[in-house]
Amino acid sequence: MQELVARLKELLSAGTVDRVLGWKRGDSDWNPEPAFFTSVESLADFVYDGFCGANLSKYMIEATAQEGRTAVLLKPCDTYSFNRLLAEHRVVREKAYVIGVGCRGKLDMGKLRKLGMKGIQHIEGADAFAGDTLTVDTAYGKKTCAYQDALLDRCHVCKGKTHVVYDEVIGASADTTDMDRFAEVERLAAMSPEERFAFFQGELSRCIRCNACRNVCPACSCRKCVFDGDSFDSAQKANVDSFEEKMFHIIRAFHVAGRCTDCGECSRVCPQGIPLHLFNRKLIGDINAFYGEYTAGETAENKNPLVSFTTEDREPGEGRNA
Amino acid sequence: MSIETNWKPKIVAFCCNWCSYAGADLAGSSRLDYPAEVKIIRVPCSCRVNPMFILRAFEKGADGVILCGCHPGDCHYSTGNYYARRRMTLLWSLLDFIGVEKGRTRVEWVSAAEGVKFSTTMNEFVEKIYSLGENVRLGDLRCKN
Repeated sequence: MQELVARLKELLSAGTVDRVLGWKRGDSDWNPEPAFFTSVESLADFVYDGFCGANLSKYMIEATAQEGRTAVLLKPCDTYSFNRLLAEHRVVREKAYVIGVGCRGKLDMGKLRKLGMKGIQHIEGADAFAGDTLTVDTAYGKKTCAYQDALLDRCHVCKGKTHVVYDEVIGASADTTDMDRFAEVERLAAMSPEERFAFFQGELSRCIRCNACRNVCPACSCRKCVFDGDSFDSAQKANVDSFEEKMFHIIRAFHVAGRCTDCGECSRVCPQGIPLHLFNRKLIGDINAFYGEYTAGETAENKNPLVSFTTEDREPGEGRNA
Repeated sequence: MSIETNWKPKIVAFCCNWCSYAGADLAGSSRLDYPAEVKIIRVPCSCRVNPMFILRAFEKGADGVILCGCHPGDCHYSTGNYYARRRMTLLWSLLDFIGVEKGRTRVEWVSAAEGVKFSTTMNEFVEKIYSLGENVRLGDLRCKN
């Protein structure tokens, strides 16, 4: 992290960039928050550790609309989202200075709690680059766990540790992929429709319509969202029925189809722990199977399969209409 | 919710103005019957159909939704139905994933000269919906009477 801070200071003092978009220390060790730093002094609060899971690319829409250049710290997976935003002309490349930061997987507080840790006060060993053990001070004494055991689910199915767009890279990355990305989707697909329906009904009924998934999603960056407006019942949880929850999540997944880079932010921020990434993965899997392998955001030029076609495309519901 | 003996399905058919709507017209003028359960909504192009239309139809009490458009290659606007085809492929697949019965959604290409195809497709589809029964998974229960 020292190297990173030193470089940021250099960039700011040399005037190469006018502001830095990174993370600043939060109230606790485990909740750093996205922040803009405009002076060398303000970087005293800067932090980059294992809890910096937030994808900062969406903030660049606002940042590049301002005057001056913004340096942004992007993890390998975040760079895919940045590329998508470039493709959609939502960010201005010239006004961004992309610093690719190394990543060895980010941590999930939920995992620590699942390991039985309660009353957590301090966490040590969450360094972004080194250390295999987390030392957790809890109200009930010191506990330890392996860094690897507290990784976010999405880091187990990491897309890869290569930055696809950057001006410079700081820090090394370590591969954390040890699971099949589509395993859960396949497990569900093997169930009967009744079981699947019961599963999603159970998950989606917990939705409180806080819109966190939408607000954090780099693909959900429309200036005007279809879900904003009085005519849409799900603007208020009080008015909605079970249908509106499904509607919101189906349509949201559909609107980001072909643009979703599977960054996993939707599931990470969901306060109810709904596995929203499953919808996106299902669509990504389908797009790969039907229209050829496609990774959204791999380059800023690759074409979204939903805004293109071939004359030989498969028919909807092929193989099931007798 | 049990299936009442006098239950009749409601089926929404989105028909493109240039081919399928004219196909329905031809079916009518050729005295070919299609079931009264089918309610046609005319759209300028199959591509006009927003996935939300389909979900809304289900919400408001439809038991099946069918989208009809020009045959691929014959779109009045050249390429609209190609886009619709990709969209609907993914939407059907996603609906299937969340557990909506596969038979409730369908896409069929019907040209203005295919009155017979329109009639047989609608008859088949209604039969299928009768066998699936009432849509309880995607409906808003408040809309049922």
